[in-house]
Amino acid sequence: MKFYVGLLLASLSVTGCAKIFGGNDTEFVSTAPQRPVEMQPTQTTTNTSINQGVTQRTLSPSSPEYFSQTVGDRVLFNVDQHVLTAEGKRVLDGQIAWLNANTSYSVVIEGHADEQGTREYNLALGARRAQAVRNYLVAGGISPNRVRTLSYGKERPTEVCSQEGCYSKNRRAVTVLAGGIS
Amino acid sequence: MMRFVVTMLVSLWLATGATAQSGPLRIEITDGVIEPLTYAIPAFEAETLAAGPVAEKLTRVIAADLSGSGLFRELPASSFVAQRRTFSEAVRYADWRAINAQALITGAVSVDGGGKLTVKFRVFDIFSGKELGKGLQLAGSANAVRRMAHKVADQVYTRITGEGPYFDSKVVFVSEKGPKDNRRKRLAVMDYDGANVQFLTDSSSLVFAPRISKDGRRILYTSYESGFPQIYLMDLASVQRRVLPTPQGAMAFSPRFSPGGDRVVYSLEMGGNTDIFLLDVASARSARLTNAPSIETAPSFSPDGRRIVFESDRSGTQQLYTMPISGGEPKRISFGKGRYGSPVWSPRGDLIAFTKQTKGRFGIGVMRVDGSDERLLSASFLDDGPTWSPNGRVVMFTRETQGASGAAGLYSVDITGRNLRSVKLSSPASDPTWGPVQ
Repeated sequence: MKFYVGLLLASLSVTGCAKIFGGNDTEFVSTAPQRPVEMQPTQTTTNTSINQGVTQRTLSPSSPEYFSQTVGDRVLFNVDQHVLTAEGKRVLDGQIAWLNANTSYSVVIEGHADEQGTREYNLALGARRAQAVRNYLVAGGISPNRVRTLSYGKERPTEVCSQEGCYSKNRRAVTVLAGGIS
Repeated sequence: MMRFVVTMLVSLWLATGATAQSGPLRIEITDGVIEPLTYAIPAFEAETLAAGPVAEKLTRVIAADLSGSGLFRELPASSFVAQRRTFSEAVRYADWRAINAQALITGAVSVDGGGKLTVKFRVFDIFSGKELGKGLQLAGSANAVRRMAHKVADQVYTRITGEGPYFDSKVVFVSEKGPKDNRRKRLAVMDYDGANVQFLTDSSSLVFAPRISKDGRRILYTSYESGFPQIYLMDLASVQRRVLPTPQGAMAFSPRFSPGGDRVVYSLEMGGNTDIFLLDVASARSARLTNAPSIETAPSFSPDGRRIVFESDRSGTQQLYTMPISGGEPKRISFGKGRYGSPVWSPRGDLIAFTKQTKGRFGIGVMRVDGSDERLLSASFLDDGPTWSPNGRVVMFTRETQGASGAAGLYSVDITGRNLRSVKLSSPASDPTWGPVQ
């Protein structure tokens, strides 16, 4: 089964209510010709300023989007390495904090390698990388049964140039969220 | 799921026994520079009216096999002095010596009302002035023209080189489509020369590295259709497949059959570590063959079934090791500068083919099973995944070009490093596995 996370965009809606102010419980009676009643928006529920025609969204910190964009869902590795870099650990510390705050999610760590290697070895290398991330998350307090690993070897590059600038981005372990309440 | 329909029905009727003769007409495949042997193949005679186009096609496929091996050079019909009209007429050796032909192949084709094809051929040693071996007759259905041509070419080839045949064989491979960051892969099978491509799976799941059994009836491959890399066993005639039961919750990949087809050696990844295991297909029980914190993968059986060769980074970099299947200390056999992987034992038992990486370049190489006589046969941005021809004299592999528009293709080269050729296919292809002569 594929772990699929639907990204929910936090969207804000605007509702308008109208009230006609009349007298104190007296009905209005008008002898003038009937006119359409004008509705004036006097109350809006929004924390954006619609009148300016600009909408802004803030990511809810418990959203998968926040996890991937703000916390960071991936760590990178040096050539042939599966050791976590200092930057990698920093990202994973953030993942640990997020996962501790959002306990309905489990994760699949997907390990990858760049194209500079034989197919089978790169599959095994990707698995080493995924495991390194798993070990760090578990050591940081995430329950082991919330963390699975998977390797794609060199089969799923995100960058396609055959240079170090692309290779470095392909040598990665991506933490993919699963489960959760949407 | 595609149905793989076996269309081939050839029965080989020997007019008389065929024996390979040793004599002056002989090519020794050695490391030295070889001058291809010149041959003439006048268009096979059409003995029935309908057989004309078939005879022409058959002649061309035979010539493509022989010339394509790099060991033979065809003399064009425009250079012929002799004008042969019938299969049964005598050979005028002087006419063929006059154009420096060393071998002559003659033949005839007839098609009966029911579409049955009959092919006859003879091979002549022009140098010695006599026939080489005995004439043969083959029969088959009309749509078996290419296979019959391969059978004739194999006869000519084996009589002259003394090597085993390889033209009448199939290769299973991975057909690829799409950009580099969204590759769609599916399993396919073709004739060794790229003809008759048929698909075995669709591209809905990632699949790679199929490996064919020695009898050519089944393949093993790795697939992500369960969401996780697992090994599948497919029967080629029925295209039925099933997953091989391997220890739970672990990635299983890199499988190869034992020569008897009853066992599968493969890699299992657990807890980040990859080791080699051996599965008995009938009992579905797996035994561990290696137990080390390093990566052990890409195992391949020796043809006598007694040893495996595999790739391990236990020394710090990827190297090749051999090991008895009964267990025991792995013996390192690769010692050159660079990393070694994807080893495959030749069906003749004498050589191991492999992928070597040096300074960012890849190449296919061969070495003796003790690691000596290492030779590189190819080099490029990315060569990988060698597979042996049935006679152990040609290696086919994947070559991938670099960059955003990089794509994979199949190439072959002989074990002397000569005759590097691409297999003509209409889409990118990778991970070939070469089946037996049918």
